[in-house]
Parts: sequence; structure tokens; C-alpha cells
Amino acid sequence: MCTVCGCGETEDHEHPHGHHHDHHGHSHDHDYGRGEAGVHVAGLTQSRLVTIEQDILAKNNGYAAANRRHFAEHGILALNLVSSPGAGKTTLLTKTIEALDGAFPVSVIEGDQQTANDAERIRATGVKAVQINTGKGCHLDGHMVGHAIDDLTPENRSLLFIENVGNLVCPAAFDLGEAHKVVILSVTEGEDKPLKYPDMFHAADLMILNKTDLLPYLDFDLEACIGHARRVNPGIKILQLSATSGEGMESWLGWIRTAREFALIGAE
Amino acid sequence: MHEMSLCEDIIETAQEQASIQRYSSVKSIRLEIGRLSCVEPEAMRFAFDAVARNTIAEGAKLLIDEIPGRGWCSHCEAEVEINQRYDACPICEFYPLEIRQGDVMRIKDMEVE
Repeated sequence: MCTVCGCGETEDHEHPHGHHHDHHGHSHDHDYGRGEAGVHVAGLTQSRLVTIEQDILAKNNGYAAANRRHFAEHGILALNLVSSPGAGKTTLLTKTIEALDGAFPVSVIEGDQQTANDAERIRATGVKAVQINTGKGCHLDGHMVGHAIDDLTPENRSLLFIENVGNLVCPAAFDLGEAHKVVILSVTEGEDKPLKYPDMFHAADLMILNKTDLLPYLDFDLEACIGHARRVNPGIKILQLSATSGEGMESWLGWIRTAREFALIGAE
Repeated sequence: MHEMSLCEDIIETAQEQASIQRYSSVKSIRLEIGRLSCVEPEAMRFAFDAVARNTIAEGAKLLIDEIPGRGWCSHCEAEVEINQRYDACPICEFYPLEIRQGDVMRIKDMEVE
């Protein structure tokens, strides 16, 4: 915006920039000394435009890339679990950890706005967990996770679950360096969630439909829900399970084992 | 309200660039925000003023160029305007469309002194 020469509305300002406007020879002058008064006031600063051309998420993506490198070098499978609050992420995690029964090391990063309740639930299963309280923040970011990895020191060739803040909006945009985002949708929520929150379902590689043991009591259109998810993300994998009853858990464990095989390729 | 933390990153970028590009205050920041991106321009404007307080960008104007969404329909071989990631082709109703434009979230430039 050329506040000095008053070259017009900022939104229509289209002449080429990226150079210093205090140089001469610019027909569209931004030099204070050539302003209306035609005088140059010594020491007065001069407005100019600097080109940035940077993705707003570049900083987060840099931290995420460092995390991803760490995971790749150490053969760590990192999964970013996202859902709305109450979809059953923590119960799914505790049941998954119990079912894996120490087959390989597991650790957990828990993200919540407040309380360490979830990390305590995870530690009760005997695995390492670190709690991140985001305070007013509505999602985990790559930087927070980097620090959590330093604290947690997940073992080589291990499985790291990152349980994001319960929120189907904000965590979609923030890469944490994970191998996969896994979105958990409980059947007690509406079947149109994938259409209401398309960014999240687009970003996820796997959708888990949880609490299927409740289906007989609900008016939940399973086929429609799957159709909505595939409309937003044609390649998304979909598993149906109940963490509470155990139904469908074996497919989820199989998916984890397969993803872990990939994570081990080329690792130390 | 992830727009708040995106604004924090924008202002951090403005502060880092200050020593490289030699300026002491930011008058305006121009962003490109695609309609298919996960950013709500109004929320961005709201968050920006709060986050910019007591920084190099205090009082700076946030200018947002909204970039329309465009998708390629492989069925009728046309590029069409879309408002949602999952929109069907308005001509033949085929989906999914291949996103060609509109998911950008970029800091374009800044007016500085």
C-alpha cells in the first residue's frame, strides 16, 4: 500500500513490486521526498514493499519435516489421531495398547487443552506418555511435538501415537511429521461429519468408525457416512470397530502392523 | 481458531525478515488465501489485530486476496469453478475433480518502513 503517494485503493494495487521504492526512476513514486510537498525530510523513514512469497504454514512444515526425519531414521511409526471430543480416541488407544501386548514398544503424546487425565489413563497401561496442554490452543503443532519427542524419547522401531486435541477443524492443517493421520468418527455423531469437516477427512489416510456396538440403538446411516467420506477423499481406508466390545479391533491391529513394516524400511 | 496461530507465524516471519530486509515497522501484510484452504478470512482478520499488538506489525493492515477454487473435470475435460473440495462438476456432475487452484495459504508481500 502506497500511503504516501496515495496511488489508490490497496486492493487494486497491482504495479510490480519487490524492489526498493526509495530508488529513483519509479514512475509511481513512493519516495517521501517526492511527495506532495516535494521536500525530503532527513531521517524520515520510507515505505516500501518487500516480497515474501512464503507459505503461511512454512514454519510448522519445517518442524514437521524435522520430526519426520527423526521418525524415519529411527524406524518409528508415528500416527496422528484426530477426532471430535468424545469420539473415543483414548479408549481406542488403551485397548490397542493392551491388545498389542508388548509386541513392540509403544509411547503416546497426549494433546488436550487442559488436564493430564488422558496421559494418566495411558500410563496406567504401562507405556510411556507425555501430556501436552495447549492452553487456549486448539491443535498440536510440529514444534510442540518436537519438544515432546525430546521428553518422551520413543525407542527405535517403536510405535508412537499422537493423540491430537479433540477438534475436527484445526488439527487438519498442521502436519506433525506423522506417517498417517487417522480420523476417528463415532457412530453417535452424525453421518454427515465428513461433509461438514471435509479438510480433516481429506487429510486422513484412515477413518475409523468407532462404537459400532451402538449401531442397533441409533439411526446412523453407515452407507451414507462411508459415501460422504469417499466423496471428500476417494482413497481413504475405512475400518469399523468397537474399542469397547473388541469387535473389528483385529483389522485395526493388522493395519498398524502393516504401516509399521513400512516405517521400518531403511531404519537403523 | 487455528487462524490465531497462523497469525502468530505470519508475525514471526515479519519479525525475522525485519533484520534481513532492514525495516522497523510493518504497515501492511498481503496474503493469498484460497477458498478451498482451511482458513476463514474473517477469522484471520479478527485474530491478526489481536496478535499484532506490541509487535513490529502493530496496527498493520491485513490485506487478503481470496483465490477462487478451480477443479479439473476429467469427464468433460473442463476446468470449472468450485467452492468446496468435494464439489461435483457443475456441467456433468462428475466427481471427484482434480483441484487445480484454491488451496493456497501464502504471505505475498509486506509494506514496510
